[in-house]
Amino acid sequence: MKLVAEILQPLLAIVLAPLLLGVINRVKAFFAGRHGQPFVQPYYDLWRLLHKGAVYSRSTSWVFRLSPPACLAALLTLTLIVPLGGRSTLLGFEGDLVLAAYLLALVRFFLVAAALDTASSFEGMGASREAFFSALTEPALFVALAAMARLSGRLSLPEMFAAVTPGNWATHGAALLLVAATLAIVLLAENSRIPVDDPNTHLELTMIHEVMVLDNSGPDFAFIQYGSALKLWLLSAVLVGAALPTGGLSTPLAMAAAVGGVFLVAVCVGTVESCMARLRMTHVPLLLFTAVALAVLALVFSLRG
Amino acid sequence: MWIDVIMVALVLTNMVALGSSRLRACIRVVAIQGVAVGLMPLFIHSFAPQLLLFTALCFILKGVVFPWMLMRTLRQLDVWREDSPYVSFGLSLLIGPMVLAFACWVSSHLRLPYDIHSATLIPVALFTLFVGLFLIVSRKKALTQVLGYLVLENGICAFGIAIAYEQPLIIELGILLDIFVGVFVMGIAIFHISREFDHINTDQLNTLRN
Repeated sequence: MKLVAEILQPLLAIVLAPLLLGVINRVKAFFAGRHGQPFVQPYYDLWRLLHKGAVYSRSTSWVFRLSPPACLAALLTLTLIVPLGGRSTLLGFEGDLVLAAYLLALVRFFLVAAALDTASSFEGMGASREAFFSALTEPALFVALAAMARLSGRLSLPEMFAAVTPGNWATHGAALLLVAATLAIVLLAENSRIPVDDPNTHLELTMIHEVMVLDNSGPDFAFIQYGSALKLWLLSAVLVGAALPTGGLSTPLAMAAAVGGVFLVAVCVGTVESCMARLRMTHVPLLLFTAVALAVLALVFSLRG
Repeated sequence: MWIDVIMVALVLTNMVALGSSRLRACIRVVAIQGVAVGLMPLFIHSFAPQLLLFTALCFILKGVVFPWMLMRTLRQLDVWREDSPYVSFGLSLLIGPMVLAFACWVSSHLRLPYDIHSATLIPVALFTLFVGLFLIVSRKKALTQVLGYLVLENGICAFGIAIAYEQPLIIELGILLDIFVGVFVMGIAIFHISREFDHINTDQLNTLRN
């Protein structure tokens, strides 16, 4: 039973991640009064990209070719660490939250390195922005996880999330609420969603994530697209794990609740994207400072509780 | 549980007040904070009719009348943003949590005669108080300083509600009347300052004009 849950968690992430993008697109279409593309459109897109050939610029080196598979590998490893309502993970160990945070950083490192490798000035700008903004989201993520660790007295993600129960919400509601708010901002920033970056824009001057992958094509681009879907899924799973009080439930019920929660997060992301304009580039650090501040507040509250 | 939600609301409104340059948003957020403070006694003390009166008065004064008066001043002055505060908004946001940590430290050393309803009450009340003081000293526009004064008063009010078992209603009402007059007078004063000086930057008010 335990093993089934452990295997099911990464499988669900791997199979359902692109569907999350489909849900976001449909929510945005709903707000715009359109019917929207089918839910499985991201799967079609990935399939189409996988059957194309890749084009490599003559100015790129092996770094550029290594980057997409490396990103995907890091994210697939991450699926073995991030729980989805389960009480344990295949790769989980005491302190795996640090590995999780640094696998995310590894993905970013390879994306930035590949963007610099293309020697395009636009991609360099995107890389610089990505590096700057993620340098601000990382402390927010770490401090929020530290607050969670303090609340639960555990250092591994599944055990930390298992400690979130309705009773825990009643006694430490303040800290948990702030952790959830921080993780929501981190989710939007890390996945380049709207208040920070617009995933649909193709104006190089304001793009962050999309501008870094302009030179990727074919299967490489499919890897990167799939990787960003996985990243969205995983960070949603972390947010749901920290916010949803599934601690008292049995494993199948908790997993079902977590999957439902992840899709609810996708609906919320779509709603935010439909209702908000993106922030001016100079105001993004302020939002991320806010995330750091909220995380520190959560830590202060958890230390007192 | 609910008192914790109000405490988080107070902390978040403080953070918005620290980080926002838009005066309209600041006024709204301070109004929300005032209403949240007004709701506090309902969740702390056992129910009594005069508590409802206090909450209703808080709601009317801090939630409706003050924002209306300040918005009116804003429209007359045609000033919408705090452009260049002494302490930048990003730095203010980072100072916020430090101030909260300091408030926690202070409240852990504070010897109170009896048990407090929730462990977060005193630190958050002190935090609100310090944020109000910080806003007054770190912002240039006179209107933001009025907002700082209101935040400061919210902090004092929250502190009083947290430690007072028998709510001295008459005192609270007196304070509410005081700040009502205060905001009223400051609104008029700011209007006259801006008509005389063409701006409401307090850092330039010490230069003489003929």
